[in-house]
Amino acid sequence: MAIHITLPASRADLAPLRAGDAVLLSGSVLTARDAAHKRLCALLDAGQPLPVDLAGQGIYYTGPCPPMPGQVIGACGPTTSGRMDAYAPRLLQQGLLCMIGKGQRSPAVIEAMRACGAVYLAATGGAGALLAGCVRACRVLAFPELGTEAIHLLRVENFPLIVAIDSLGNDLYAIGPARYAGR
Amino acid sequence: MARQVSVAQVRDTVRALCLAACREIGDDVLTALDEALARERSPFGREILRQIIENDRLARERGMPLCQDTGMAVVFMDVGQDAHLVGGDLTDAVDAGVRAAYREGCFRSSVLSPLGRVNTGDNTPAVLHLRLVPGDGVEITVAPKGFGSENMSRLGMLTPSQGMRGVGDFVVETVALAGANPCPPVVVGVGIGGTAESAMLLAKRCLLRVIGSPAPDAELAALEAELLARVNALGIGPQGLGGDTTALAVHCAQMPTHIAGLPVAVNMQCHVARHKRAKI
Repeated sequence: MAIHITLPASRADLAPLRAGDAVLLSGSVLTARDAAHKRLCALLDAGQPLPVDLAGQGIYYTGPCPPMPGQVIGACGPTTSGRMDAYAPRLLQQGLLCMIGKGQRSPAVIEAMRACGAVYLAATGGAGALLAGCVRACRVLAFPELGTEAIHLLRVENFPLIVAIDSLGNDLYAIGPARYAGR
Repeated sequence: MARQVSVAQVRDTVRALCLAACREIGDDVLTALDEALARERSPFGREILRQIIENDRLARERGMPLCQDTGMAVVFMDVGQDAHLVGGDLTDAVDAGVRAAYREGCFRSSVLSPLGRVNTGDNTPAVLHLRLVPGDGVEITVAPKGFGSENMSRLGMLTPSQGMRGVGDFVVETVALAGANPCPPVVVGVGIGGTAESAMLLAKRCLLRVIGSPAPDAELAALEAELLARVNALGIGPQGLGGDTTALAVHCAQMPTHIAGLPVAVNMQCHVARHKRAKI
């Protein structure tokens, strides 16, 4: 049975989630990938305010396709999260509580997640058409000049995810393969 | 007298192949996914395979791309030496086909300058691999390549002493290092021999084969079967969350190399394994 969660959330809302739980996410989520992360961290370096308050928010690592006529968004599956590892701990310190993407995270990110009580949820890579069907609204929130890499605000409904790394640091990318290796 | 082929036909063919490749999974890949679903023991693995198959149905129904990473357009052209390409610049025509398809299909423009990171805005240029072959035909294969998998590719300049064992270990190590990142279940293209650049091109051409069709060379076919079993025993599984299906296929090819070397290139491909072919 999937667990229903809503974003934005509090640390306490996300604390019960465990690696391996199936989740259906509703509410609002930000998008950001390589270029937007670089911009956000450059602003932090310069001591300037971010264009969006990250407290309690989730970031979905995706660069969507343009919508076709009548659609709110084009294909929007997850991109490889590991490329955001260099930036993620700093955003977690800003109050970010949830990251959504695909693939393993670095030990430094997992440590920062434990310290901040954040979770990392996996979407199915390549299921861009299916996932677009769970997005009800989409608008650009910051860095419009980045095109697909701009920060978008999505409103999602029953977006299917798996808890890959929980706030205790349990990591399904380690646990899962170990269960099947050599069998 | 050479047969005349208009570059406008090339442009239109490239456009049609790009559109089809990004919107529907090939029949051979779908069959491999169905077979994997029947075999897979991991509940997550089965759920992910079901989502991938359902995603194909939805993309076809809605005429939309399967994945937001509609890739960098890799175009293979085998041009007959008795064909005469007329009516303009061939490279421009290929790029015009890519430009038209990515605009019409509402596909993502993912191509940019590598250091300045300035997007070209229309997913051009394509990566064009031309080969001159006998005859007067023109065969075009378009393989839009996503970078979740491309980033996990690897080149090993092995020494002759490492031999077949070294080649196999390098391939398995590459898949293990890639883990969840290339969107498993993957297709693994392996090019053995040649030079650094020709080994990788050979590996990429392996991704164009019918999924799971054995190499014509018996030695390589045996290597493919052994490597597929070893890769799947890693337990990485669909999307790297654990399971039996890490790869749908391992495809190997070889070419002669230098007495001092044993190049092995591994080109990683995600589960969609996009490629479409047409003849003019």
